[in-house]
Amino acid sequence: MAKITSKINTRSPEFIENAEYMQSQVDDLKSKLAQIKLGGGERSRDRHLSRGKLLPRDRVNALLDAGSPFLELSQLAAYDVYKDDVPAAGIITGIGRVSGQECIIVANDATVKGGTYYPLTVKKHLRAQAIAQENNLPCIYLVDSGGANLPNQDDVFPDKEHFGRIFFNQANMSAKGIPQIAVVMGSCTAGGAYVPAMADESIIVKEQGTIFLAGPPLVKAATGEVVSAEDLGGADVHCRTSGVADHYAQNDHHALEIARTAISNINRVKPVTMNIKAVEEPIYNSQEIYGIVPKDSRQPFDIREIIARVVDGSDFDEFKALYGTTLVCGFARIFGYPVGIVANNGILFGESAQKGAHFIELCAQRKIPLVFLQNITGFMVGQQYEAGGIAKHGAKMVTAVATAQVPKFTILIGGSFGAGNYGMCGRSYDPRFLFMWPNARISVMGGEQAAGVLAQVKRDQKEKLGEQWTSEEEQAFKQPIIDTYEHQGHPYYASARLWDDGVIDPAETRQVLGLAISASLNKSIEDTKFGIFRM
Amino acid sequence: MFTKILIANRGEIACRVIKTARKLGILTVAVYSDADANSLHVNMADEAIYLGPSPSRESYLLEDNVIAAAIKTGAQAIHPGYGFLSENANFCRKCQQANITFIGPPVTAIEAMGSKSAAKTIMEAAKVPLVPGYHGDDQSEAVIKKAADDMGYPVLLKATAGGGGKGMRQVWSEAEFSEGLAAAKREAKSSFGDDTMLVEKYLTQPRHVEIQVFCDNYDNAVYLFERDCSVQRRHQKVIEEAPAFGMSDALRKAMGESAIKSAKAIGYQGAGTVEFLLDSDGSFYFMEMNTRLQVEHPVTELITGQDLVEWQLRVAANEKLPKTQEQLTINGHAFEARIYAEDTNNDFLPATGKLSFLQPPQESNYVRVDTGVRQGDEVSVFYDPMIAKLIVWDENRDKALQRLTKALAEYRISGVTTNIDFLYNLATCPPFINEDIDTSFIEKHHDQIFHCNAQILADELPMAALYIVLSDAKKASDAAKNTTDPHSPWNTTNAWRLNEAYIHHITLSHLDKEYPVIVEQKRQGSDSYYLITVEQRTYDCQGRINGNTLLFSNNGHRRSATIAQDNLKISLYHQGGVFNFIHVQPDCGDNSNQEAQNGLVAPMNGTVVSVLINAGDTVTTGQPLMIMEAMKMEHTIKAPTNGTVEVLFYAKGEMVDGGSELLSFTADNSTTESEKE
Repeated sequence: MAKITSKINTRSPEFIENAEYMQSQVDDLKSKLAQIKLGGGERSRDRHLSRGKLLPRDRVNALLDAGSPFLELSQLAAYDVYKDDVPAAGIITGIGRVSGQECIIVANDATVKGGTYYPLTVKKHLRAQAIAQENNLPCIYLVDSGGANLPNQDDVFPDKEHFGRIFFNQANMSAKGIPQIAVVMGSCTAGGAYVPAMADESIIVKEQGTIFLAGPPLVKAATGEVVSAEDLGGADVHCRTSGVADHYAQNDHHALEIARTAISNINRVKPVTMNIKAVEEPIYNSQEIYGIVPKDSRQPFDIREIIARVVDGSDFDEFKALYGTTLVCGFARIFGYPVGIVANNGILFGESAQKGAHFIELCAQRKIPLVFLQNITGFMVGQQYEAGGIAKHGAKMVTAVATAQVPKFTILIGGSFGAGNYGMCGRSYDPRFLFMWPNARISVMGGEQAAGVLAQVKRDQKEKLGEQWTSEEEQAFKQPIIDTYEHQGHPYYASARLWDDGVIDPAETRQVLGLAISASLNKSIEDTKFGIFRM
Repeated sequence: MFTKILIANRGEIACRVIKTARKLGILTVAVYSDADANSLHVNMADEAIYLGPSPSRESYLLEDNVIAAAIKTGAQAIHPGYGFLSENANFCRKCQQANITFIGPPVTAIEAMGSKSAAKTIMEAAKVPLVPGYHGDDQSEAVIKKAADDMGYPVLLKATAGGGGKGMRQVWSEAEFSEGLAAAKREAKSSFGDDTMLVEKYLTQPRHVEIQVFCDNYDNAVYLFERDCSVQRRHQKVIEEAPAFGMSDALRKAMGESAIKSAKAIGYQGAGTVEFLLDSDGSFYFMEMNTRLQVEHPVTELITGQDLVEWQLRVAANEKLPKTQEQLTINGHAFEARIYAEDTNNDFLPATGKLSFLQPPQESNYVRVDTGVRQGDEVSVFYDPMIAKLIVWDENRDKALQRLTKALAEYRISGVTTNIDFLYNLATCPPFINEDIDTSFIEKHHDQIFHCNAQILADELPMAALYIVLSDAKKASDAAKNTTDPHSPWNTTNAWRLNEAYIHHITLSHLDKEYPVIVEQKRQGSDSYYLITVEQRTYDCQGRINGNTLLFSNNGHRRSATIAQDNLKISLYHQGGVFNFIHVQPDCGDNSNQEAQNGLVAPMNGTVVSVLINAGDTVTTGQPLMIMEAMKMEHTIKAPTNGTVEVLFYAKGEMVDGGSELLSFTADNSTTESEKE
């Protein structure tokens, strides 16, 4: 394979300035996450602990194999969305190793609003299930939730992608042989009761877990019957009498140990059939990515410098290196897995889009996972390009991306604007995972461009009415638009709404991709049948 | 020379004798009990004869059956080993009558030395120096006590028929005398069937130095120098060495000649050991003579280059001694450590069980392992729980001691509690290295040997924690090799987290204190380093496992340790001793029934020798409830707290399996703190 030779000077003032700027963004991300990681307030955490329960992150740690990585998803979910503070949307999701198997773990955080489901809690839970389903990963639900958040019931209950979908997914995953294990470690009320009831195997913790369709207050209101929560739906009831739960646990640790045992009995072998090689670290330090990405996002940089710091041995066999050069395509390995890399190196032209479509076909044919490094302001515009058929060339690439059945992984490393987002496997194109760097921005077009377009329309109207519009007035008109785009295009805003699976430290890109690719290989890669390519 | 001999013993000494016999072209006959049907000595011998059930009274001690076995197999001689029938004059006489050579001294010599008091009288007459004492026939307590009072405390009570520390008691003051005498008599009675006692002045800082002597039937006698066996616990030898440190040639000669004088005084033949107490001023006193091959004979073999069993066989076959005194020299230094199945943290209580894993150190010119067991064998309740003798040699004491500690660190035994760690701590503690040794060594340096002082553990806790992290990583990567996805980043065990530090939480317990340890894994290029936080202090560590060695660096200080892991127990051996940690697992609740905890259980297999209370009795904390005996050692079951004894499940004389509930017990109230004995 061909090694990329880096041309970066790590001692140049630009590099140092860039690195400092990226560092500040990463630091900001980590400090926000450190706060989010605590979960609910100190009082509710103390109350939780005083009941002899483990905090949700400790539950996850205890569930995982010793030292297992945990690829947490949607850490920023619900960040700054509701008037309530709902850290991580009150639910922890991610992938980790349990008894040697990569599993999806969904853990309610009862210290956050009693673990109730806000709309984004539902979305995050469903996203984790979607990842499980797409990648054939066993699911372990650590249930400790009061059910739907009642004030938000209209955005939680009725629609297709709402609460009911959780159980629909459980049933359908179970039907596909994707194990569903529920551990009841707290309340499991009303709809929530179906999580353990629909599970393949369920575990309940004595004197902590309860499962019932209606809690004691509702029972009293409905029938006048007075009954304690434990007598209504505790571990003894469900393990000895009702059969709703299968395993009786003495405490949280015991329950998690039983869940580990349950996974050890699923009898699965990971169907990895591709040509894998031993892992080689990149020859260039991943940390140097900080200094490569310009502080000013409008400045171009050579995407190969990033690839050199992500792939095994910095080896990259480029495809059509001399053609359509604004899109860089080529073969490489990440943690020994073969990957096809599709990366922006400027605006998309017709040639680059055709090259991209061709390369995606190659990877689909050879069952090589695709990695998209997205930094795109869009397709080229103008009479010449429209006449050259840029729309149909773009369509070829979008068709290829949309229908390719190999696992796709998208990292937003810079701008993600307009139709470029589609061609480069944005959220709508079902990448198995999509992560953003903290410097990335996502919107239909750049804030400056949007403000410019709207200002132009406004100027035209003014001119028709014969009114004057000073440049100060224009700037005052444009600034709020630019600010709104900046705010809504920010990774925190995007991640809070689950437009992605998380914001990552750029230096960790290789690690995240490695884990994601490996997890995706739990599902055999299917043959691709492409749609019609407009010629 | 004989063509076939019978070995009237078992275990390592039977194997030891067989080895030499084989070397000399002599066929061997083993004898065995039920428990030993598949044991090593039976497999090594050319023939084997079954004697009887497992208890030695019903097998190895049956004189007539042993002689019948010799007659049946045509063995011309019987080697008695040590213990069992080795110093039994009656058996020796029966051999004579059956026309079988007893490989040992004549009956008269055994009889002369068999009674300690009689032996002293003979030695007094032969002008061998003696410790002041009373060896009279009048066994009334008043007479013995008066003798003790007259010579002044401390005194030592000994069973005249005794040996091996049984029936022996130190008495430190007049007030303790009656109780001590009663206990010593009880032990003597059960061990030897004879509770005749003698009393001696107890020297406070003596060394136990013994001389190996050999006499043939032609009036030749030599001494093969001395062994220092001062390191003892409960009068049982723990580590022996030869030569003794600090001996002048003159003293060596004086003691050697005195020993020969002792042997000649009783017309001795064969191998014998004359035990002396050596006082700090160089004066020495005759203690007793052992008329057999000693357990610790290998240290003498290693410094003299002689095979003492071969010497025994030659002398018994009427040959002359192979060497003269002038031809014998000392070469280098040797140690022997006795590897026992015993719980050194629980008063050296004998342990039993199956040797599920047994890996002795590699044998060489420097390391010798004498053993009678293999992996999978049982250490049973019926016999002495010695597993092996580890013997090392090198040019001088310091080098030999290095060999000893290294070999101990490499000795791996699972399934049975052993004294290896204790031996290691003993061999590495400064007073032992510095030859500051007398017979009360273990009591005197107890805290140092048992690491009782609050340990700082500044290195050891991070080392043990890092070992866990590194060995988890190794296990995972080994396991990954056989999967369909061998290079997956999911196989790593670095506790990777997205946008967070990678933290391992490990709880270790040391001497029953739990320490939460936080190990943060950091990466610097492709190397990992670890910030290990314990007790509010953080250490910057790196490490690597190489075989069973952990190479470790803590804030730039590099060192290494040998690590042994037995399930959750992690033992760390380095120059400072051995440190045992338990990798504490999360509490998964109690899923077993709790009934046994309300009672008191037998600490080991054994026999109930005394029941001191009745069902329904109210007892107070520490009150003795029952006395159990195992391996001829008494163990008292005491009340853990104030309470009531509900039911007694065993009566006097009954056999009990370790772990069985002896009695049910109800504590008075929950506020009483239970202190476990």
